Amino acid sequence: MKSAKNEDRESVIDENLKKVFNETLEEGIPDRFKDLLSKLKQQESQRGSEND
Amino acid sequence: MTDKSPRDELVEHLPAMRAFAISLTRNGSLADDMVQDTLVKAWTNIEKFEPGTNMRAWLFTILRNTYYSSRRKSKREVADVDGVFTESLAEKPAHDGHMQMNDFRKALGKLKVEQREALLLIGASGFSYEEAAQMCGVAVGTIKSRVNRARAQLAELMEHGENESLEMTDDATMSVISASKVASF
Repeated sequence: MKSAKNEDRESVIDENLKKVFNETLEEGIPDRFKDLLSKLKQQESQRGSEND
Repeated sequence: MTDKSPRDELVEHLPAMRAFAISLTRNGSLADDMVQDTLVKAWTNIEKFEPGTNMRAWLFTILRNTYYSSRRKSKREVADVDGVFTESLAEKPAHDGHMQMNDFRKALGKLKVEQREALLLIGASGFSYEEAAQMCGVAVGTIKSRVNRARAQLAELMEHGENESLEMTDDATMSVISASKVASF
């Protein structure tokens, strides 16, 4: 059955896609982004206190 | 520091943004640069985000705009970087099913970027066809046909990979391969 074969392929493709994605998701959040976010927060609080 | 800002939610979407960016660009450092740009843009334009709407969709829209504008700016550079990335893929060890995944990654990389993008949004990032269409600024039917074409082409590329060893035993194919090797020296 061609359609059944196509469905099989589709699920293999989606499984592989998810595997590729999960590899990155499992890395969590790299330090450069944690640093960036804390820098942005710091800038924001400085700007906030200047306006007070 | 008492109000909860949408800014505090940005971090939750970072891993998903990286996964999408890496698969879209096939280049880890380029992807992280894009994600960083997106994060700064989102942070400084947070008032443009409507609370209660899908933040991930908003972030992905910024992310893909960042990608397409950097692609327009440095088309040659991106193409070059792709070549380097393909090489580094080939060096990965071929155990624990890595080989199959590498084949899949390579096949994914051969898709047209619009098709790859549509497939990543629908097949892996969990967006609806409607959300993806809105993000990409195209009709829902366009997203559907891009995803279908992406799947069909991936299936074809993967099947071709399985049959490769058979083709190699074919005399005509072997002579063509050795001829092209000679020609490339």
